[in-house]
Amino acid sequence: MDILYKIFVEPFVFMGEAPDLLLQTLWEGLVSGVLYALIALGFVLIFKASGVFNFAQGIMVVFSALILVGLHEKGVPALLALILAVGAMLLLAVTVERVVLRPLVNQPDIILFMATFGLTYFLIGLGELIFGGNPKEMITGALLLPHGTTEVEMFGGLVRFQHLDIAAAVIASIMIGVLAVFFSKTRIGRALRAVADSHKAALSVGISLNQIWVIVWFASGIVALVAGIMWGARSGVSFSLQIIALKALPVLILGGFTSIPGAIVGGLIVGVGEKLGEFYWGPLVGGGVETWLAYVIALLFLLYRPQGLFGEKIIERI
Amino acid sequence: MRAPDNPVAAKGDVLLAVDNVSLGFGGVKALSDVSFDIRKGEIRAIIGPNGAGKTSMLNCINGFYYPTEGRITFKGVKRPKMRPYEAARGGIARTFQNVALFKSMSTLDNIMAGRSLKMKANFFWQLFRHGPAMTEEVEHRRLVEEIIDFLEIQHIRRIPVGRLPYGLQKRVELGRALAMEPDLLLLDEPMAGMNLEEKEDMSRFILEVNQQFGTTIALIEHDMGVVMDLSDRVVVLEYGRKIADGTPDMVKRDQRVIDAYLGVAH
Repeated sequence: MDILYKIFVEPFVFMGEAPDLLLQTLWEGLVSGVLYALIALGFVLIFKASGVFNFAQGIMVVFSALILVGLHEKGVPALLALILAVGAMLLLAVTVERVVLRPLVNQPDIILFMATFGLTYFLIGLGELIFGGNPKEMITGALLLPHGTTEVEMFGGLVRFQHLDIAAAVIASIMIGVLAVFFSKTRIGRALRAVADSHKAALSVGISLNQIWVIVWFASGIVALVAGIMWGARSGVSFSLQIIALKALPVLILGGFTSIPGAIVGGLIVGVGEKLGEFYWGPLVGGGVETWLAYVIALLFLLYRPQGLFGEKIIERI
Repeated sequence: MRAPDNPVAAKGDVLLAVDNVSLGFGGVKALSDVSFDIRKGEIRAIIGPNGAGKTSMLNCINGFYYPTEGRITFKGVKRPKMRPYEAARGGIARTFQNVALFKSMSTLDNIMAGRSLKMKANFFWQLFRHGPAMTEEVEHRRLVEEIIDFLEIQHIRRIPVGRLPYGLQKRVELGRALAMEPDLLLLDEPMAGMNLEEKEDMSRFILEVNQQFGTTIALIEHDMGVVMDLSDRVVVLEYGRKIADGTPDMVKRDQRVIDAYLGVAH
């Protein structure tokens, strides 16, 4: 009975006793949740338009951030380095479309998936070749990102808001909002959804698949760059950063691989869920809950709701 | 019967010419040495038994397949390898045998998608949905609403087309093709799987499109009654070869056509 009490009662009692700590935990979860959502969005865009699960999304986060920091190290002003990093993402999108997608069009999905594996290791090699393998500091100061902390007194305690976290949440939210509107309300957005539904029909109304692919890969590249800056600012820019992209997988399973709102809500659930799990239930198992909780949630979803939160129920006619 | 008996006296100039086109997939020859033309303003039917190469022919015309031999000239311009979106840009619209719609999108969005090529507002304005992008959206919406009225599908404007019955899906697909304001409209079995009433509606739409907007139409159809009523000229394919070409009356009396459809005693 003692263990049941510890799991089902004690954490909630604790939450009620110290709402300031709860709020702090929720806030931290929210910030990482928004960043997860941003990374997941990068996957969703590419998956919707070309049916490819882009394994290279994680390395794109690292690679874009590396270009930014590496150029700045070599004496390029921050703003110019940022523009060049955006340019590099455009170049990457065009190259991927030309060299990888176009020759492999109409091949089975698994082949395209393997091609993104190849792309991943190519980008790792290229990144190390140009900028070396050592971790780097994100140039937060030069990019005019705020630093410092605001402490707000509420619920009889202090809740700390790091300015960088606030900036990250705001920028990521704006980014997600703009992308969501762009891809649901505009001509290019309509074309993207059209391509996602039927390649054949999209071609027949004059939509160029090649152009759409470049656009979604570029959009995913921008998303990766923003995620790289924000995440790099918290934990440095190194190749191990690509692991966080794997956190987008449970987010996608929760939200559905093709749903933009799904990616947002899924990201928030995973972010908040793992922080709460770590803080309130972590001590029961000796901590470390944060690293695996998201995957367990995803597993439960796969068992009981495989189409995700926003996917349509899968009913197959035989 | 609308067509004159003399095949040479067909309407207008040549809009599209198919010259000695062959198409092979590995060892299989889908088309061999087919030549015919489509003239401005006419309704041209392509008929033939199953597997005769009719859909392959349409796929060559709108760039899904590249002919292995021969050439296709459209509006006087010969393109050796025309991509589908280039064909669309040049003014060729089409529908598909098994309906290819954007199933999760509404009727309205499907038909709006047909306007993709005509919309020009740049990326920047689109991003913020203001200025030129907004005016443009409104303008195109008006034309799309006209098409919706014309096809009598007002009641299903907001419904995702995946949920519509087959006959209505075919009509939405026609609407999407019309939204492209094409010079040449390719219809692959526009009446397949329809009941009599739906067929009559569809025939009426096809005739009206042809007469009111002067759109040139090439259609594949199995219902001989429909073909004979609608078309000005008919080309008949069998095993990838052309076996007859002319007015419906001529084709109907052609011994090779009769043999192809009824079989010959050997």
